[in-house]
Amino acid sequence: MLRLEKRPNPSQFWNYATPVVAVLLTMVAGGILFWVLGKNPFEAIKLIFWDPLFSEQFAAYSRPQLLIKAGPLILIAVGLAIGFRAGIWNIGAEGQYIIGALCAAQMALWFYPAELWIVFPLMILAGAFGGWLWAMIPAVLKTRFNTNEILVSLLLVYVAEKILAAAATGFMRNPEGSGFPGSRNIFNYSAASNQELIANSGLHWGVVAAFIAVIFAYVLLHRHLLGFHVQLAGQAPRAAKFAGVAPARLVLLCLGISGLMAGLAGMFEVAGPARLITIDFNSGYGFTAIIVAFLGRLHPIGIVLAGLLLALTYIGGELAQFMLNLPSAAIQVFQGMLLFFLLALDVLSNYRLRLMRPAPVTAPAPKPSTESV
Amino acid sequence: MMTTPLLSLQGLTKEYPGVVANSDVTFDIGEGEVHALLGENGAGKSTLVKMIYGLVRPNAGTMRWRGEAYEPHAPAQARASGVAMVFQHFSLFDAMDVAENVALGMDNPPPIRELAAKITEVSNNYGLPLDPDRMVGDLSAGERQRVEIIRCLLQDPQLLIMDEPTSVLTPQEVDILFRTLRQLRAEGKSILYISHKLEEIRALCENATVLRLGKVVGKADPRQESARSLAEMMVGQVLHQPSREAAAPGKTLLEVTNLSLPPQSAFGTSLKEINITVRAGEILGIGGVAGNGQDELLGALSGEMRSAREAVRMAGEPVGHIGPTARRALGLLCAPEERLGHAAAPDMSLSENALLTGAYRERLVKRGFVNWGKTRKFAERVIETFDVRTPGAHVAARALSGGNLQKFVIGREIMQRPSVLVVNQPTWGVDASAAAAIRQALLDLAAAGAAVVVISQDLDEILEVADSFAALNAGRLSAPRPVQGLTMDQIGLLLGGAEGDSDAAA
Amino acid sequence: MDLSSINPVVLIASLMVAATPILLAAIGELVVEKSGVLNLGVEGMMIVGAVSGFAIAVTTQNPYLGMLAAIVAGALVALIFAALTQLLMANQVASGLALTLFGLGFSALVGQNYVGIVPPRTPKLDFGPLTDLPVVGRIIFGHDILVYISLLIVAATWFWLNKTQGGRVLRAVGENHDSAHALGYKVTRVRILAIMFGGACAGLGGAYLSLVRVPSWTEGMTAGAGWIALALVVFASWRPWRVLAGAYLFGGIMVLQLNLQAAGFRIPVEYLSMSPYLITIVVLVIMSSSRGRRSMAAPGSLGRSFHAAG
Repeated sequence: MLRLEKRPNPSQFWNYATPVVAVLLTMVAGGILFWVLGKNPFEAIKLIFWDPLFSEQFAAYSRPQLLIKAGPLILIAVGLAIGFRAGIWNIGAEGQYIIGALCAAQMALWFYPAELWIVFPLMILAGAFGGWLWAMIPAVLKTRFNTNEILVSLLLVYVAEKILAAAATGFMRNPEGSGFPGSRNIFNYSAASNQELIANSGLHWGVVAAFIAVIFAYVLLHRHLLGFHVQLAGQAPRAAKFAGVAPARLVLLCLGISGLMAGLAGMFEVAGPARLITIDFNSGYGFTAIIVAFLGRLHPIGIVLAGLLLALTYIGGELAQFMLNLPSAAIQVFQGMLLFFLLALDVLSNYRLRLMRPAPVTAPAPKPSTESV
Repeated sequence: MMTTPLLSLQGLTKEYPGVVANSDVTFDIGEGEVHALLGENGAGKSTLVKMIYGLVRPNAGTMRWRGEAYEPHAPAQARASGVAMVFQHFSLFDAMDVAENVALGMDNPPPIRELAAKITEVSNNYGLPLDPDRMVGDLSAGERQRVEIIRCLLQDPQLLIMDEPTSVLTPQEVDILFRTLRQLRAEGKSILYISHKLEEIRALCENATVLRLGKVVGKADPRQESARSLAEMMVGQVLHQPSREAAAPGKTLLEVTNLSLPPQSAFGTSLKEINITVRAGEILGIGGVAGNGQDELLGALSGEMRSAREAVRMAGEPVGHIGPTARRALGLLCAPEERLGHAAAPDMSLSENALLTGAYRERLVKRGFVNWGKTRKFAERVIETFDVRTPGAHVAARALSGGNLQKFVIGREIMQRPSVLVVNQPTWGVDASAAAAIRQALLDLAAAGAAVVVISQDLDEILEVADSFAALNAGRLSAPRPVQGLTMDQIGLLLGGAEGDSDAAA
Repeated sequence: MDLSSINPVVLIASLMVAATPILLAAIGELVVEKSGVLNLGVEGMMIVGAVSGFAIAVTTQNPYLGMLAAIVAGALVALIFAALTQLLMANQVASGLALTLFGLGFSALVGQNYVGIVPPRTPKLDFGPLTDLPVVGRIIFGHDILVYISLLIVAATWFWLNKTQGGRVLRAVGENHDSAHALGYKVTRVRILAIMFGGACAGLGGAYLSLVRVPSWTEGMTAGAGWIALALVVFASWRPWRVLAGAYLFGGIMVLQLNLQAAGFRIPVEYLSMSPYLITIVVLVIMSSSRGRRSMAAPGSLGRSFHAAG
C-alpha cells in the first residue's frame, strides 16, 4: 500500500521536475486520446510539438506565431502568479483582457484618423486602466464586503463578453463596415498599430511588455519586501498579519496588477494580431494563462517557459487540425490534462511516497496470530 | 498478580520514520485503578494512548484486555471493548450543539431528543451539569471538557483515558473533576491519567508509569514518592533553575487603559476594559484558562487588532491606532502562542522567518529591497545565541521541533532588543530544558531593563518568572498583585473571575 | 415593446424549468462544501453531464438513460477532482479550475458530432384533472419528472444532513476534520463520496439543460450556470431550503430577462442577458457583508486539505 508522508523540507528536485514530468505524461495521455480519435498518436504529437518549430514546411509561418501567442499568455500569467502566490484568486483575467482591449480600441477610435504619435501610448494607458478597473470590482467587493473574489471575477468574464458583443454589434461597429459586426481595423490605423518590431519574428510591443513584466515580477517577488509579504500572505495569512501586512491592501495590489497586465495584453492584441474588435475577439488566453501560471510554478522564469510551451500547443493544435483534421477541442482537453497531471505530481514536492506493508485495516476480527512483528 | 489486569501492555513499539515514539512499553492497568502515565512533552505518551484507542497501530508488541487479545484497528472497536478517551485537544465541533457532539462520539446514538435527556441526567449525576442544546462554540474550556467526559461516560466505559485534562481548568474546576474521577473509581472503573503535573498525580493516582523518550524508565506509587523524585525520573537530569537578579523597576513602558475590543470571530472572546501597567525591569504574568481572551490580548498589543488611540501607550506615546510594523519600530515586540502559522510561516526557511518581524528593526530592508545576506546572518545569530538545534538557516520552520522553533521565535524578538516584549504561552509544548532556557532569557531581558508581559496558562511558569500576576477571565483582566505571597487558592479564585480588589490593596 | 405578451402563469411555470439545472448543481455542491471541500469545477461537471446525457439520449432515444449517463459521467469527472485533492493533496481551487477547463474541452470534443441534433423529448407528467386546474395546474402539475425529483433531492438532502447520523458525520468532517479523525471517522472517504454526489448532481443538472431546458447541444452551453450554482450555495448560507429559494429566484430572473428580450424591451439584448451575472454578484455582496451569520454557517474546514499523520 502506498502512503504519503509529509517531507520536513519541500523537495527542490521535484519542484523543478514536476512540470517536466507533467508535460511528458500529458504527451502520453494526449497520444492515447489522439489514438482513440483515430489519429496516429506519434504523428499528432510530432505535429504539435516539433513541426511548428523545425519542419521546413511549416516553421516559416509558425515560428513567429510562437511569440505572438506566448506574449499575451506570459503577460497575463505573470500578473496572475503574483496573486496566486498571495492566495488571491483572480480567475477573471479573460474579462479584464476584454475590457482592456475595448478601452484601448475606444481610445484609438476617438483619435481616428489623426496620425499622432501620442495615440499608441494613450492606448497602452487605456488598456492598462481598463483591465485594472475591471479587476478592481472584485478587489473592492472583497475588501469592503468580504465577497469571494473567485466567483465575482469569473462572473465578470460573462459580463465582459456581453459588453464585447454589444460593442462589436453596436457602439463600436465600423460605420464603413456595411453593417457587419466588428470595429474599424485598428491595425491598419498606423498611429494605433502594434506592428511587428523585427520582420517575421513575431516580436511586437506586447512581447516586449511581457518580458518587462517578467523582470518586474522577478524583482518584486524575489528581491522586494512586498514580494515576501505576498508569499507570506499566501502561505500563512495569520503570520502575514502579524508581520504587519494589511490584507486589504494586498488584495487591491494583487488584483490590480493582474488586471492591469491582462488589460495590457488585450490592448496589444487588438492593436496587433487581432486587428479589430469582433464578437469572438477573446480566444481564452485569460483561462489558458491560469495553466501557464501553474505550469511555470508561479515563478516568472518558469512562466516564460510555460507560456512558450502552451503557445506551441495552440500553434501545433492548429497545424494538427489542418493536417490531421484533429478537432480543435482536442487541444483544450490536452491543456486541461496538463493541469491535472501537474496538480497530481505536485504532491511529490511536499510529500514522500512510501511503500507500506499492507496492514489488515479492514479485516473484521483480527486473530492474535496475525500479529505484525 | 492475583487478578487479571483490565489492560495489559506487552512490549509496545511504534516507530515513525526517523523517530521511535514508543519502544518496548510494558505495564498493566488493574480494574478500578487510577493509573498515571507520566512524562515530558514528547516522551511518547500521546502515541501510546493512540495505540490503545485504535488510532495508531503498533509496529510490535501486544495488548491484552482482561486476558484476551486486544488489537483495536479503529476507535470504534476500542469503544466497543470499553475504552473511552478524553482528548487533550478536544475533538469537538464548534458549530454543532452539545447533543450532536455527544452523538458523534457514539457508535449507535439514540434519537437526539432521548440523548439530550440522557445527557442532562448523567451530567447531573456526576456533578458536571451541561445543557444539551447549547452550541459547543459558546462553551468555556471547562464546559467543553465536560462534553468530552459525558460523551465517554454515556458509553459506560471500563477504561477512561484522560490526556492532560487539567491544563485547561482552574484549580476549582480541577477539584470538581477529581471528585468525578474518584466517583468513577468507586464504581469500579479504571482511569489512565496522563499528565506532567506531579502534584495532581500524587493526589489522584495509586500507580504511575514514567515514560522518557518513548521508554518506560520507572514505575512507582506516586503517593509514596516526592514530587521531586518523580520529576527526576521524568526528566532524567537535574534541571537548571532560572535565576534572577532583582532590578529596581524603572519608568512605565507599557500602559493599557480601558482597552475594549469586540470579538473577531463567531466564537471569539471580546476584551473588556483591560488595564495594564508594566515598568522597565518588570515582568507581568497574565494567567487564565485557554479561550479567555489571551489571543485577543496579544493581538491588541501587537497591533494586529487596532483599538482606540489612547488605549495602548508605549513609553507614553499612544499606539493603539497603529499597526504591527509601526509598533515594532517603537520597540513593542510580541511572540504569539501559535508557532506554526502565526509566529512563523511553516513552509518558509528560518531566514525568511527572521525577516518576518526583523525587516525594519534589524535593517534587513533598504528602500523596500531585501538584503538576503544580512537576513541570513541575523537568522544565524538567533540560531547560535539561543541554541536552536537545526542544520542551518535554510531549513523550513516546520522541520524544527516545537522547542527549537519556540527558541527561535522568542530569540528572534529578544535579539531585536525590545523595550516591551509580550509573549503568549512561551513554553507550551516545549521540552523542559528549552523551557528553562526561554524563561531564563525572559528574566535576563527584564533585568536588562525591558518590560515583559508573559501570558501563560501554566501557573507554575508565571510564579517562577513574574513579579506580578493578573488573571484573564472572559475577556476581563483582574487587578495585578505581587506574586510574592500569592497562594494557589487566591490564584484560583482570580482565574475563576472573583475579583476581590479589597484585599488586593492590603 | 409589448409587456402584455408576458404571461405570469407561463413565467412561473418556466422559471421552475429554468431553475432546475442550477438547483441540482447547487444542492450537490452544498453537500460537497458541507463536507469541507470547495469544488470550483461545477461548471465543468455540468457541461460533461450535459454532453454525455445528450449523447446517450440521442443514441438510445431515451432521455432517462441519458440522464442516468449524465449522473455517472458527472460522478466520474468529480472522481478526478477527488483523487487530486483528497489523495494527492492538491490545491482545491486550482483543481476545481482544472476540472472546469478540462470539462469544457472534453465536452466540446465529444459534442462536435451532436451539434444541431434534436434530442428525444422528455415527457411532462400528466396528473390528469390536476394538470387541467386553472393557473395552479399549469404551475405545479405540468412539469417533467426531473423538476419533482430535484425538489425531492432538496428535501432528502435537508433531512439526511440534519436528522441522521450519517449527515451529522458529514457535517462534523466539514466542521473540523481533525476532531472527526480523532473520533475515528474516515475523513477522506466521506469527502470523496460527497464529491461524487456533487458531481452526480451537477451532471444531472447539465443533462437537464441539454435535454429539457434548451434542448439541444451547443459548445459551452452551460454559460456560467455552474458558477451561479456556486454563488447560490453562499447565498443560501449552506442551507438546503434556501438553495431552493435562491435557485427559483434566479430562475425567475433568467426567464423574465428572456421574456423582456422577446417583448422587445428597449434595452439591447446584451445588457439584458448580462443581468443574471450582475444580480448574482449583487446577491453575493449582500450575503457576504452580513458577516456574523455567515461565519457561523460556513463549514469550519472548508477548502483545507486533510492529511492524517501516522
